[in-house]
Amino acid sequence: MARFEAFGGNMRSLFRRACFAFVALLMGAAIRPALAQDTIKVAYVDPFSGPFASGGDEFLKVFAYILQKVNADGGALGKKFELVPFDDKLQPSEALIALKSVTDQNIPFVMQCTGSNVGSALLDGVSKYNARNPDNRILYLNCGALATELTNELCDFWQFRFTGNVEMRAAARVKALPKDVTKVYLLNQDYLFGQSIQHDTKKWLAKLRPDIQIVGDELMPFGKVQDFSPYIQKIKASGAQSVITGNYNRDLNLLIKAAVDDGLNVRFDTFLAHLIGGPTAIGSAGEGRLFSVTEFDPNVPAELNKPEAEAFSNGWRATHDTDFSEIPFLTMFQMLARAIDKAGSTDALKVALALEGMKGTDLVGAPVEMRKEDHQLLMPYYAVSFTKNVKYDAEKTGLGWKTDFIATTEELTLPTVCKMKRPAS
Amino acid sequence: METVLISVLNGLVYGMLLFMLASGLTLIFSMMGVLNFAHASIYMVGAYLAFTISQVLGFFPALIIAPVLCGLIGAGIEIWGLRRVHHNGHIAELLFTFGLVFIIQRLVQMTWGMLPMAYRVPPLLDFPLFHLYGVNFPAYRGFMLLVSGAMLLSTWVLLKKTRVGLIIQAALTHPQMVSSLGHNVPQVFTTVFAGGCLLAGLAGVIGGNYQTTEPGMADSMGPIVFVVVVFGGLGSLAGCFVASIVMGMIQTFAVVVDYSVADLLRPLGLAISGDTLLTEVLTVPVARIGALLPFVMMVTILFFRPRGLMGTRDA
Repeated sequence: MARFEAFGGNMRSLFRRACFAFVALLMGAAIRPALAQDTIKVAYVDPFSGPFASGGDEFLKVFAYILQKVNADGGALGKKFELVPFDDKLQPSEALIALKSVTDQNIPFVMQCTGSNVGSALLDGVSKYNARNPDNRILYLNCGALATELTNELCDFWQFRFTGNVEMRAAARVKALPKDVTKVYLLNQDYLFGQSIQHDTKKWLAKLRPDIQIVGDELMPFGKVQDFSPYIQKIKASGAQSVITGNYNRDLNLLIKAAVDDGLNVRFDTFLAHLIGGPTAIGSAGEGRLFSVTEFDPNVPAELNKPEAEAFSNGWRATHDTDFSEIPFLTMFQMLARAIDKAGSTDALKVALALEGMKGTDLVGAPVEMRKEDHQLLMPYYAVSFTKNVKYDAEKTGLGWKTDFIATTEELTLPTVCKMKRPAS
Repeated sequence: METVLISVLNGLVYGMLLFMLASGLTLIFSMMGVLNFAHASIYMVGAYLAFTISQVLGFFPALIIAPVLCGLIGAGIEIWGLRRVHHNGHIAELLFTFGLVFIIQRLVQMTWGMLPMAYRVPPLLDFPLFHLYGVNFPAYRGFMLLVSGAMLLSTWVLLKKTRVGLIIQAALTHPQMVSSLGHNVPQVFTTVFAGGCLLAGLAGVIGGNYQTTEPGMADSMGPIVFVVVVFGGLGSLAGCFVASIVMGMIQTFAVVVDYSVADLLRPLGLAISGDTLLTEVLTVPVARIGALLPFVMMVTILFFRPRGLMGTRDA
């Protein structure tokens, strides 16, 4: 404190001036919403700080790009959509605090795209809130909580999932395995997501490829492993031809780096290698050995000859270093806009009833359907490989994703055990 | 047998990387009593700086420049930050470095973005050094061993064989006496802090492309470095060295061990089955909890030998 005094009055007046500036800034921010035109607000809960911020940050940009198109196409009820972001730090408790603010601000839709732990907390929170406040209900739009249970055992009327669940991805993954692969090694992260990948992959291997032998089945600590060489030795010793892994980010990048360094020559059949930052971190080490299952990648429109989709994807590329691969986000807003128009209002129940069973096509013309029984979007998946022979490279690495196999919407229409409790009215 | 040999080599590489980080931390801690939480952040800054410099000037200039820059940053932190909060006691210093972690993290994210950098091993060192039972040993890992070995040697010579080292060692234990003899102890502190940060920066340069350069790298390295320092004994470079190598080996070997406690009990005639409270704990293979072992060991050593392996004073 003595040091502060030593600066004397000068410092203090500077401080006072800074305070005034700050207050003025706050007041400006408070006035702004009043000036803004009437919009349809959608709350967006995802991590914007902490170790997973890169995902939320990127998704926010993607949504901004998507909303440009959706709003230019007319929005819904003649109004534009507006995103209201809330940081959940990937913590269920933070997400529930955000949900409180969402309901306080009377925002009718809450959307969340990262983490099944957060997703199940939101699902539960929204369901309870709606039961207690029948006059002011909200919808939970799930765009990335992937656990299969959320539209099976835990399914809820107020949730709509606009992305494929783990089981759909696992089925696509197994279907895409080449015929000559007979020995696989399962390596997954030891938490909910990794375990459900492990479980569903085994289920579909047994169902579709009984000829495949599982020579290794391992769970590794999530985000804690610094050196993957010992895993590489184990994989090598097992004689596996392919490593099937749900690992992502650091846990995947280090694995593939170690494999290349140690001269391990196997396929990496991943679920999430295409996630943002993955291609940059892995680089040429992944060429010819890295595979993934995606919802979309920039080469899909060129391969299927869909110029409109290609132009949309190129519009993103022109101003960003990353790739546009979040086609279900676009499908979600397009379906939401149709449902709001059909319902004639943003009332949660009316919109929910309009969304149920809604059929449509996505940007590349593939059929999609919001299944009434479990509120799971039925959609196709693209099994892709990382190679130089592509029109559009990924993240300016010189390599990109080439489609090897398409698991169609029909093929991925899997049975559900959901027994939904529907509202009385 | 081949698994053991390869694992020893890999454990050694990782252990030496840990030592580079931990040696600076233990020096700073033993001298100033400050547990520098931001140490792993400096490691991260070192990696990012090396990436940027290596894009302009190449990898080898970066190997020199980036650590020096980190040393300067360290000196800045000591002179303008730590020294000011010093008279408020150790808690204030601790909180100061704790706050720095978040500030540095955010600054790095704002400067370089949130995504991993394409910081790669230089082509000159990107080849297999030798084959061992069909497994490559990359030249870059050999280079890492070389750099860390050279660093170990020069630190040892500096501390044990030179006059500067003598003063540093004296200031470690008897700062008042050293001050009375006419040495500038605060300056010694600054030097040590800068030196520690320089070592962390060096570790960042060679660790950044061995692993990945991303905003999460400080978080993933931070805890394990503290474990090494506590386990090795506060203030002991030799203990720190032993602890680093031990931790490197443990993490490498744990993955290879597929046995669980239940497997150990089986020969004794105790079969564990069914679904009791302890089934999960006893049957989980060591490989699955390998990353937890260093922390188990830290807790154990604090229990039985609070001063660590070779420490001279209690934690």
